[in-house]
Amino acid sequence: MKTQTETVAERGLPSFLISKHGLFIFLCLLPALLLVTVFIYYPLFKGVIMAFQNYSLFDLTNINFIGLENFKTVMAESGFKESLINSFYWVFFSLIPQFVIGFIVALLLRRKFRGRGIYQAFIFFPWAMSGFLIGLIWRWMLNGQSGVINDLLLKLHLIDSAIPFLSDPNWAMVSVIVANVWYGITFFAIMILAALQSIPDELFEAAKIDGANYVQQLFKITIPYIMPTLIVTTLLRVIWILNFPDLIYSLTNGGPAGSTHILSTFMLEKIIFGQNYGQAAAVGVIMIFLLLFFSIFYVLATKFNKAGDF
Amino acid sequence: MGRQINWRLLFKVIFLSLFLVFTVFPLYWIFITSLKPGKDMFTFPIHYWPETITFDNYINIFKISSFNIYIVNSLILSIVAGFFSLIIALLSGYVLARFEFKGKTQVIFAFFITQMIPIFIGLAPLYLLMSKLQLLNKLPSLMLMYTVMMIPFCTVIMKGFFERIPSSLEEAAMIDGCSRITALFKVIIPVMLPGIAATFIFAFVQCWNELFLAIMFIDKEEAKTIPVAMNSFITKFDIDWGAMSAATVLSVIPTLILFAFAQKYIVEGMTQGSVKG
Repeated sequence: MKTQTETVAERGLPSFLISKHGLFIFLCLLPALLLVTVFIYYPLFKGVIMAFQNYSLFDLTNINFIGLENFKTVMAESGFKESLINSFYWVFFSLIPQFVIGFIVALLLRRKFRGRGIYQAFIFFPWAMSGFLIGLIWRWMLNGQSGVINDLLLKLHLIDSAIPFLSDPNWAMVSVIVANVWYGITFFAIMILAALQSIPDELFEAAKIDGANYVQQLFKITIPYIMPTLIVTTLLRVIWILNFPDLIYSLTNGGPAGSTHILSTFMLEKIIFGQNYGQAAAVGVIMIFLLLFFSIFYVLATKFNKAGDF
Repeated sequence: MGRQINWRLLFKVIFLSLFLVFTVFPLYWIFITSLKPGKDMFTFPIHYWPETITFDNYINIFKISSFNIYIVNSLILSIVAGFFSLIIALLSGYVLARFEFKGKTQVIFAFFITQMIPIFIGLAPLYLLMSKLQLLNKLPSLMLMYTVMMIPFCTVIMKGFFERIPSSLEEAAMIDGCSRITALFKVIIPVMLPGIAATFIFAFVQCWNELFLAIMFIDKEEAKTIPVAMNSFITKFDIDWGAMSAATVLSVIPTLILFAFAQKYIVEGMTQGSVKG
């Protein structure tokens, strides 16, 4: 279709008119590119440079390049090591349940049934909320003495006494992850559901005629068919979860005693409260490297996997 | 055979019901909390339905803070930023959908990367930039930044919507003597109005919810947005849950209504790219 446009528009036109096309393209892209460059890429670039400077708001008169000093200082902090380890827990234990439950929900929603549209609208609503609000709501529900979750667990006789969800470091980490799982299931459910609906029905019919049962169909048809979607969605999600500080910020604010900080909240705290921009930027640069390594590794690994499957 | 199918149906019904309760309960709970009088807030046993319903928390929040100002600020900000990012994304999305040109992949990649990197690295330089532009504590700082932040995502979504409209539509108009830009606004845009509305709603909701840039730039009452104000509630009162729950409900209602309208199109916009890939 594209080539058709081109030929209709360009057939027999002198070359300067074709280059006018180029001008049109340029003018249409200009506002977007200009704004994104000036207000996203330029600050990012500056931020990366700050990582190598002693940039603190308390002393703006004395800014020098100090090499890797910020990285050394930050990495020596006990809070950094803890946030790094927490980041792995945070990503891994949020992602797996989000993926598994989201997958099951998508499978169950694949076939049309009465009320499916309304059901989807209801399970969609966490998406309309900000991480900040979700953190607040869970903070209220997980409240140690009068929280509704403790009350429910006590009523169901699953526990004997109230759990100090937000004041015990281990429980606090569990809490933020549970809230994040709650938030993220819908994303997977919707992405996977869309992929499932793109599988031609004939494939399942043929499999049924061949006598394949549900589990066989799932592993021989469904999963291989939507594998590309699963791979891409998961990668995007990992990156996104690592970069997602909002929920932790309002649920525990990294507490108690820094035990629920992940790299992104650790970094934000340095910007908002510490105002040590150099060190914050160093954490950011470390995050970029982590993401880069992970993405490369992931892409390579999934390529090999694909080659093996087909 | 019949029994087997029943088991599966049973599993389906139970699983989907439990999941629905799990998903909806937090919102139900904050709503119920907001209707409870202060003295019932922390009393045992917990009531899953308030014994007495009161709107005191809602009235109170307008008394203890300038919540009406925050609502107006958030509204203006989200509408303005949503509108401008939409217009800009309309142009860039159109060009990216319809033309092949050198550097196209790089442009798309540049937009894509903004969604992937920890954008907070730029927070401090942005703060300094805004202070140089004398925009701190003023809404235009956020208008500008929110517009910019929404451009990449809106562009990609718009590109997707354009790609689903056959280019024969504007070809026909152009043969009839329309210029490309007239064809775009007179012929194409009316066709994809639902998609455009959905994109606007998505951008609106993102701006409405944004927290960290707003915390960085805004400290004055008259320029606070709802999230900034709620953030200051935390430190000020060590969380007055009555006021906080009412504020949460108030700030979530507009986005829920908007999402309910646009849900179908947002889902389409978000999923089609990855499904194709």
